Amino acid sequence: MNLLTRPQLDSDVLVHDDHHAHDHAHEQGGMKVFGMWVYLMSDLVLFGSLFASYAVLSTAYAGGPTGKELFSLPFVMAETFILLVSSITYGQAVLAMHRLDKAAVLRWLGVTFVLGASFIGMELYEFSHLIHEGAGPSTSAYLSAFFALVATHGLHVASGLIWMAVVMHQVYRRGLTPTNITRVSCLSLFWHFLDLVWICVFTFVYLIGAF
Amino acid sequence: MAHVETSRAGNAHGSTKSYLIGLVLCALLTVVPFALVMNPVLSRPVTLFLLVGFAVAQILVQLVYFLHMDRKSEGGWNLASFVFTLVILFIVVALSIWIIWSMHYHMMIN
Repeated sequence: MNLLTRPQLDSDVLVHDDHHAHDHAHEQGGMKVFGMWVYLMSDLVLFGSLFASYAVLSTAYAGGPTGKELFSLPFVMAETFILLVSSITYGQAVLAMHRLDKAAVLRWLGVTFVLGASFIGMELYEFSHLIHEGAGPSTSAYLSAFFALVATHGLHVASGLIWMAVVMHQVYRRGLTPTNITRVSCLSLFWHFLDLVWICVFTFVYLIGAF
Repeated sequence: MAHVETSRAGNAHGSTKSYLIGLVLCALLTVVPFALVMNPVLSRPVTLFLLVGFAVAQILVQLVYFLHMDRKSEGGWNLASFVFTLVILFIVVALSIWIIWSMHYHMMIN
């Protein structure tokens, strides 16, 4: 009974009170974006515990190499700027979305995707370089904590890229529907949040480690 | 149309100008700490203090210019949940470091 009547009621609302239905959809979209925010806050606690273990183990070199010997700061600075610029390009995608300019949204998301992929490429290159130098995660507790923290951030960026590819496909196929606008907004929070975490990574891991 | 323009995030979504201001501020707040470490001119405690200061400043800039967080967004719930998370982070991070440090100190590990 319910299954039969509910869709009818919804379409009724759409026909007779379009304004109200729109508000309702907006409210729900806002709730979803807020839910995303709450998830990010819990993710922050995950990163917090990884940072705490990194801080505790930051001098446990076990005779292995130290951060000062390993890190190349110009390389990390390039990674930082790639991620920062990708935050800006995502912002441009959101602005284009509010103008309902579908082509521009796809273009800016594409630029952001390429920047994110280059960040991941650089990080993978750095990791393989470290492992080849004999500074893999099993060398010392310090390096275990380093790889756990930096790779967790990298995994977040990588899943952000997969999510971005899916969202781009959905926007391409269905356009800027209210559902897709909610999706782009949620991914926007996620993407800016990853840049926020990276500020702590480059400051506490790379800069203080290399100083 | 007006509904879409008031943003799904339930708050203002900035403009090209605000993103550019954010970019310039973040670039400055990134280049200066890297320069301080690559060409050390200040003493170690001062440099460490400045590094943390620059990181906090850049986090605030990104929260305001990129995440558009203010007291009004989502009726203040964004900010409230963020402040709550900061309390949890303080408990998890600062107090863990304190406990382990004092354990190392009393067991004379370092």
